[in-house]
Amino acid sequence: MKITMTLNGKRMTFDAHPMSRLLDLLREDARLTGTKEGCGEGECGACSIIMNGRLVNSCLVPALQCEGADILTIEGVSAGGLHRVQEAFLQHGGAQCGACTPGMIMAVVALLDHNPNPSEAQIREALAGNLCRCTGYMRIFESAKNAIAAKGATR
Amino acid sequence: MTAGSSLQRVECIPKLTGEAKFIDDIDFPGVIHGATVRTPAPCGTLKGFTLQPGVPWDEFTIITAEDIPAGHNFIAHITDDQPCLVERRINHADEAVLLLAHPDKQLLQKALPLVKLDIEQGDPVLTIEDSLSRRRVVWGADNVFKSFTIEKGDVEKIFTSSDIIIVEGEYRTGAQEQMYIEPNGMVARADGASVTVWGSMQCPYYVHKSLAKMFSLPDDMIRVVQTVTGGAFGGKEDYPSMLACHAALLARKSGRHVKMIYSRGEDMAATTKRHPSLTRHRTAVTRDGRILAMDIEFILDGGAYVTMSPVVLSRGAIHAAGPYFCPDVRIRARAVATNYPPHGAFRGFGAPQSFFAMERQMDRIAAKIGMQPDELRRRNFIKKGQAMATGQLVRDNVDMEGLLERALKEADYHCKRRRFDAGNPASPVKRGIGFSCFMHGGGFTGSGETFLSSIAAVEAAPDGRVRVLASSTEMGQGANTVFTQIAAGALGLPFSMIEVAQPDTSIVPNSGPTVASRTTMIVGKLVENAALGIKQTLLGSGLLREGYTASQFSEACALYIKKSGHLKSLSQYKKPEHMDWDDKTYRGDAYGTYSWAVYVADVSIDTVTYETRVEDFVALQEVGKVVNPVLAEGQVQGGVLQGIGHALCEEVLWKNGHMINNRFTNYIIPTAADAPPIRVFFEEDPYAHGPGGAKGLGELPMDGPAPAILNAVMHATGADIRSIPMQPEHLMKALEDSKEGGK
Repeated sequence: MKITMTLNGKRMTFDAHPMSRLLDLLREDARLTGTKEGCGEGECGACSIIMNGRLVNSCLVPALQCEGADILTIEGVSAGGLHRVQEAFLQHGGAQCGACTPGMIMAVVALLDHNPNPSEAQIREALAGNLCRCTGYMRIFESAKNAIAAKGATR
Repeated sequence: MTAGSSLQRVECIPKLTGEAKFIDDIDFPGVIHGATVRTPAPCGTLKGFTLQPGVPWDEFTIITAEDIPAGHNFIAHITDDQPCLVERRINHADEAVLLLAHPDKQLLQKALPLVKLDIEQGDPVLTIEDSLSRRRVVWGADNVFKSFTIEKGDVEKIFTSSDIIIVEGEYRTGAQEQMYIEPNGMVARADGASVTVWGSMQCPYYVHKSLAKMFSLPDDMIRVVQTVTGGAFGGKEDYPSMLACHAALLARKSGRHVKMIYSRGEDMAATTKRHPSLTRHRTAVTRDGRILAMDIEFILDGGAYVTMSPVVLSRGAIHAAGPYFCPDVRIRARAVATNYPPHGAFRGFGAPQSFFAMERQMDRIAAKIGMQPDELRRRNFIKKGQAMATGQLVRDNVDMEGLLERALKEADYHCKRRRFDAGNPASPVKRGIGFSCFMHGGGFTGSGETFLSSIAAVEAAPDGRVRVLASSTEMGQGANTVFTQIAAGALGLPFSMIEVAQPDTSIVPNSGPTVASRTTMIVGKLVENAALGIKQTLLGSGLLREGYTASQFSEACALYIKKSGHLKSLSQYKKPEHMDWDDKTYRGDAYGTYSWAVYVADVSIDTVTYETRVEDFVALQEVGKVVNPVLAEGQVQGGVLQGIGHALCEEVLWKNGHMINNRFTNYIIPTAADAPPIRVFFEEDPYAHGPGGAKGLGELPMDGPAPAILNAVMHATGADIRSIPMQPEHLMKALEDSKEGGK
C-alpha cells in the first residue's frame, strides 16, 4: 500500500507491505539503516526516531499509521554535519559499540527539543527507554549535559 | 605522546551518524534469508520431521544434518563434540535441527512452525547436583567435561590442627545473558569451492577454523570478514562459528548470499550465557584473622557440550583464592554437563563466579571472628614475592593495601559505615556499604598464549600512511583506537596517519581471538613491536634518521617501497622468559601479570518493597599504564553496571531447559534510571611486557560488583545471602527466615 510521509524533511511515498512496521519501511524501503533493531518489541530503544515531534520506537509503529507523518531519523539529524548532541557524544565518549547510539542520540535530541535545560534526573528519565550495554550510561549522561551546555552553538 | 592521551574513538563518527554498517545494514546482491528450526525438548531422540502444507516448500532451501559432509557435523572448538545440526540425539532445548532459506522473510517466518519435528523426549539433567549424581549420563562416561585440582601445601593437615576457626560457605551464581544490543548475525556466500562469511563476531579465525573443518577446505578457500560489531562481551566468541556454518550450508545449497540475523528471542534462548556456578569454601583462620588454609570446590554448569567450559573453569579456579596469600590452598574444579544450551564466554570468564564466593566468604569470616572486613583483608593480602595458589610468584609490584585504603577513602566508607549503623535501626530504608578485593590475569591462561603464537602486522604505504593488521576485533571496547595510539606512539606519527584494517582473514594475520583482556596487553604489544619494525627497517636502510618528521617518514616509505616493493613488519608473540606453566599439574605462572582492584558499593534497601538500589559505586583499579583514560573509564563503568545486573536483577528463568524470559521485557538489565554514579579511579604501575606499560582491563570490572553489593546488603540488613541474582523476593525470604530463626 502507498504511504506518503515527510521523511527527514523530504516528502516521500513508499509502497509498503501492509503488515510492515515503520522500522521496516525506514530500513528496507527507504534504505535508512541508521535506525537499528535491537528487540522488535519496544523495550530497547535502538530503533528510536522522532515522529511528529515525539520520540517513538519505530518497531512499534505500523507503517500504515505514518500517512502524512513527519519523521526524523538519525540520518536527518546528521544531514547538516554533526549535531551538537553527536559532537558531545564524540567528545565525551558517549558511544562504544554503536548499536544503541543512533537511538540514544535521537532520545537526547528529542529531550532537548522539549526541555532545553534538563536536570540529571530528567536526563535519566528521558533515556530510561534506551538501553545501552557498553557504557554504564555515565558517559552518555556526560555527553547529554555537554550538549545542553553547547546549546548556543549553531545546531 | 600517545599512551595516556584520550584520543577520540577512531570509528566514532559513523556510529554517531548511523552510517556504520552492521551486518544487517549491508546490501548483498540477491540475498535470501535463512532461519533455524530448533528443538523444543531439552533432550531425547529426533525420529524425523514433516513439512506441513501452507507454504510453497519447493521454493525453500532446506538443510538437514544429511547435507553436512559425513564425519564433519561438528563445530570446531576445544573438543569437537557439538554438532552443527542434530542428527538423532538431542542434548539441549533450542538445539538447531534444520535450516531454511527463502527470499521472502515473512514467508520464511510462516514456514518455521510448519516444520513438525517428531521427537521422543528423554529425562533431562538440569542441575549441577543431578549431573554430579550421574543418575543419567548425558556426556562422556561421567558428565564431567573437565576436572582438576590446584594444590599448594597440605590443606588437610591445617584443618586437623587445634586453635583454628573454620568457616564454611556455599555460594551460587546464575546464568547471565550478555545482552549485546546487536543480535548475532551472519551472511554467507559460496562460490565454487570457496566460502566467504561476513558478520558480527569476536574471533574471525575461530569462525575460519570451523568452516575449514566442516567443509574440508584449505585455509585460503575460506574468507571471514568481521563487520561492525554491536557489543559482544564473550557472547560472540564461540557462537558465531555455529551461525557461520549454518549460513554457509544454506549458501552452498542455494547458490545465493544467505543472511541469518537472529531475533532477540532466538539469540537469548539459543546462544551462550555465563556459566551458573556452585562454590564451596572451607577456610581455616586464626583468631587474629590470619588465613591458614583454603579448601575450595568450584563447579560450573557447562550445559550440553564442552565448548569453552574447560578454559572458563581454569580461569575461574585460578582466581578462586582471591588476592590473598595463603600457605595451604586446595581448589578442586569441575565443569559438568547438563541439558541446557552450552554456557560460554561472558566477560570475566569464570572469575566473577569464583570471586563472588571468595569475597562473600571473606566478609562472613570477618563477621565470625568479630573483625572489620577491611582489617581481615589487610592481614591477608598477597605481596610481591609471595606465591599464589598455583605457586606463581608475584613478580610485579602489587599494593592491595594501598588500593583498599584509597578506595575506602573515595567511597567515604568508614564514615558511611558508622552513619548507616546509627541510622538503620529507626529507618525503613536500610543503608549498607561493602566492598570486594580482586584481580584479573591478562591474556590466555597458562600456556594459552604460547599455543596461540599470535601474529600482528603493520604495513606502510608509499604516502606514509600506516595500516595495522590484526584479527582482533573492535566491538565497542576501543581496540581500533588503542591500536592507533600504540602504532602512532611507536612510529612518532600523528594519529591521522594510522589506520586499523577491518579484520578480514584474507588480509590480516591471526592475532588470536578478541577475548581474555588480551587485546591491549598482548596484541597491542605485537602491534607496538611490528610498528617499531617498520621504523627500524627505514632507519637501517639509511632512508630515515632519528628525529624524523611525518613528511620525512612518508618520503622514506615512498623510496623504500619503490626499491623493495612493499614495507611490512610482522611481530609474533614470545612468552616472557620468566613464565613457566604446567598444563597437567596447574602449577606455575597462570598469567603474565594481573590487574588489581578494590570496588566499593553503597546500597539502600527498602524494607517495604525489598528493592535494593546501588546509590554510589567506587571502582579503583591498577591496570598498568592506562592507554586511553576516557575509553578505559567508559569500559569500567559498563562492566560495573553489568556486574550490578548480575548481582541484583538479571535472572535467567528456565523451564524444561528452555529460557522462558528470553526478552528485554522480562530479562531485566539496568537502565539509565537504575545506574548509580559509577566513580572510576586508576592507579598506574607500568607493566614491563605491555605496550607502553599497559595491562589487561576489559574483564576486570565484571569481577567485583556482585560481592561488593551483597556484602553491602549484609551490612545493611544482616541478610547473609550467598546466591545471585538477589531479587527482592530472595531478600524478603532471607530476612523473614532470619526473623523466624530469631524467635
